[in-house]
Amino acid sequence: MSPGIPVDHALLLSAALFGIGACGVFLRRNLIAIFMCIELMLNAVNLAFVAFSRAHGTLDGQVLVFFVMTVAAAEAAVGLAIVIALQRHRDSVDADSFDLLRF
Amino acid sequence: MLQDPLLNVIPFAALFLPLAGFAALSLFGDAIQREGNARGAGVVASATCLGSFGLLVWSGARLAGLLADPDGLRFSQPYLLGEGALRMDWIEAGSVRIPFSLLLDPLSLVMGLTVSGVGFLIHVYSIGYMAHDGESVRYFSYLNLFTFFMLLLVLGGSLPLLFVGWEGVGLCSYLLIGFWYRKQSASDAGKKAFVVNRIGDAALIVGMILAFHSFGTLDLVDLGTNVGSKPAEAMGALGPITLTCLLLFLGACGKSAQLPLHVWLPDAMEGPTPVSALIHAATMVTGGVYLVARLAPLYASSETAMAVVAIVGTLTAFVAATIALVQTDIKRVLAYSTVSQLGYMFLACGVGAFGVAVFHLFTHAFFKALLFLGSGSVIHALSGEQDMRRMGGLRRRIPWTFWTFLVGTLALAGVPPLAGFFSKDAILAGALAAHSELLFGVGLATAVLTAFYMGRLLVLTFFGEYRGHEDPAHPIHESPPSMLAPLVALAMGSALAGAASIPAFVGPALRVPAVEHPHAPWLPWVATAGALLGLVAAAYLYSVYTDVPRRMGERLRPVARALEAKYGFDLAYDWIASRVIVAGSERALWRGIDVGLIDGLVNGIGRGAASLARGARGAQTGLLRGYALVTLGGAVALLAYLLWLR
Amino acid sequence: MDAALFYLLGALALGSSIVVIAQPNPIRSALALIVTLCCLAGIFGLLGSPFIAALQVIVYAGAIMVLFLFVLMLLNVEPERGPGRSRQLTFAAVALAVALSAQLGSVLVRGDRGAGVEGFRAPSVDMARVLFSESFLYAFEAVAVLILAALVGAVVLAKRELP
Repeated sequence: MSPGIPVDHALLLSAALFGIGACGVFLRRNLIAIFMCIELMLNAVNLAFVAFSRAHGTLDGQVLVFFVMTVAAAEAAVGLAIVIALQRHRDSVDADSFDLLRF
Repeated sequence: MLQDPLLNVIPFAALFLPLAGFAALSLFGDAIQREGNARGAGVVASATCLGSFGLLVWSGARLAGLLADPDGLRFSQPYLLGEGALRMDWIEAGSVRIPFSLLLDPLSLVMGLTVSGVGFLIHVYSIGYMAHDGESVRYFSYLNLFTFFMLLLVLGGSLPLLFVGWEGVGLCSYLLIGFWYRKQSASDAGKKAFVVNRIGDAALIVGMILAFHSFGTLDLVDLGTNVGSKPAEAMGALGPITLTCLLLFLGACGKSAQLPLHVWLPDAMEGPTPVSALIHAATMVTGGVYLVARLAPLYASSETAMAVVAIVGTLTAFVAATIALVQTDIKRVLAYSTVSQLGYMFLACGVGAFGVAVFHLFTHAFFKALLFLGSGSVIHALSGEQDMRRMGGLRRRIPWTFWTFLVGTLALAGVPPLAGFFSKDAILAGALAAHSELLFGVGLATAVLTAFYMGRLLVLTFFGEYRGHEDPAHPIHESPPSMLAPLVALAMGSALAGAASIPAFVGPALRVPAVEHPHAPWLPWVATAGALLGLVAAAYLYSVYTDVPRRMGERLRPVARALEAKYGFDLAYDWIASRVIVAGSERALWRGIDVGLIDGLVNGIGRGAASLARGARGAQTGLLRGYALVTLGGAVALLAYLLWLR
Repeated sequence: MDAALFYLLGALALGSSIVVIAQPNPIRSALALIVTLCCLAGIFGLLGSPFIAALQVIVYAGAIMVLFLFVLMLLNVEPERGPGRSRQLTFAAVALAVALSAQLGSVLVRGDRGAGVEGFRAPSVDMARVLFSESFLYAFEAVAVLILAALVGAVVLAKRELP
């Protein structure tokens, strides 16, 4: 029963977390680390949804979060399976070593 | 126009008869040649010529009967065929409609009769001359084709039709000069003739365009009558009329071998001698004179054009005569003589005596053809020898040739009462009447020179001792009757043609005021004296005092060299062609523009594209993170635009 | 009191997320991420979504991150060395990310919505009622199938080729 958690601040936190996650995607070389940063971004989005749900007073935002989480789980499973397969191929999980698209 | 259905058709028949001969001979020529019936081909070709001649005679008589003027002037209006119901439009382009029409009037009749008449005699002569040649059928087909085109030239009713004939005779000239195409010099000469003619033709085309632009018509009759309607400025020094006249005259210079486009005619002697007689003496080269005479009203209205024509003609006459003095090939002498006589004709045109020019054209056809055929007879007798230094003393061995040749020489020199005297005398009189004493003087001097070099030719060939080597297997023999008969006929013509009052006959057709005869009774005497002087001097110098010419040549070495080099015209043209045109094209146009600029541009575009691609390749790093970064950058930019910049 | 808690958890989340991206050792990154997720779970609770908070801890922090750790251990990854092939990447990435945050922030905080409902707290029963309602039932079932598909896919992708 709490008044006044300013929704705006929560949203700002969400934006900040999103930016940090985006930063991490480009800065990390390890494929799995990149994946983790993506998860961070997803969570930032979840936060935004929840904040909006509180702001509007409806449950739609939370329902969306539910689905996002589920999909994120599926995605994490498949993505990690792919990383394992890649590692088997090239014996490396360094993003820079997958450069077959290079001219 | 006139109610005579036959007269609307017969002239066309006269025109197309030689063409039918050409078609027949070219289609069946191979078969005829193989069967050994080459003589028959010659007879067919001669028959078509004779047929054209006859049909034209009939047409002329009929026309005279229908159009007889009570004042005694015969058909002074032209009769244009192919009009009215029989109109056949040849070119239709927008508002321009050019029908295929023939023009029958005294001028075209005189030309047409000359072409077909003299042509017939030369066809007959060729039967004997080309009897041993294995390709004579091709020769006769070309001759007939030429006759067709020449008739088209002189009978055509509009400038484009005339031009078709003009080009056609140029083509036949090339074919016939290079008839013995396996001989390098012959095929070179054919090409030279065609190329030099082409230069003139280019000017002719521009002149036609200018004429159409100024007058709106290319019909020969209309061109003549519409001149008077033009304002005075149009006839000034650079007015359209003068320009048209000059351009057309340049074309005539090409066809009629006047300075500076005369260089092809002497080389054209590589062809068979009858060809030289027909094309390069009697008919084709006179096409230029015909063009100027036909457009006499146009020329008469421009003083500048007249002056140019007269000066060029006179200059050519004199220069050619001087070159003829040092030639050693019998045909070359006659070639330069032709150039010289054509110059006389243009001189006559230039001083306003157009009818006299046609008169000289007419008489010249006779005696020049005679001289060429006679030289052909000499060459035939000597089994191919053409150098006069190896001739001599032939007058007893080939008497018929000698006597006819003598008649021709005297006619050309201008000895009365032969034909040449009357026409040449009239030209000189015309020069006096136009108050050009300078032209008269040069013309008179040229006449003396003419007599001199002809006398030289006569003496070297027929008098004195024989200086050649007679091969017992091919003894010197007189020509067969098929060759002698035309010689005799032409000799008679040369003698009597002076009686034909051509100037009076064609005068009304020319539609210019006649030149009044100057009161100079001394003129015939002076002219005759000059001719006799030239002949006698030549006789003495080349039979009695045979040393003098050689010594004169040594004393006047520079003059002799200039003459032998033909005043350097050929050298100049060769220099222009090889240095300027060929080398210039190679260096500037080929290497500079084609390889450097165009290829460089195209290759440069290719290279530029390749280097651009090489640069753009750098973006394909294959780095996953890099690509993702670019995506992020794009998203940020888009958001920035949407949020802040709008 | 809630506000103070919120700020505390927020700061903690921010800090540990910085650790996530900065720590070269991926194991330590993963652990920092777990901390971040738990902080977020707390914030979810403060924002009136206890159900979601619970889910966050159980599913996200408890299952997904564990999976991450398993794979990290399996592949025996080593800590990263250096920025790699592109140094300009670093600077550009940071700059762009900052810009992106700014843009997102500016979008999120404007807009026409209410200031928030006083005392908003959604019990799980309400959540269940909505999830199984007509609007979201199909989505719910579809997501279940999705998870099944992901399961099969993951097994197929990661299995070793038999000799």
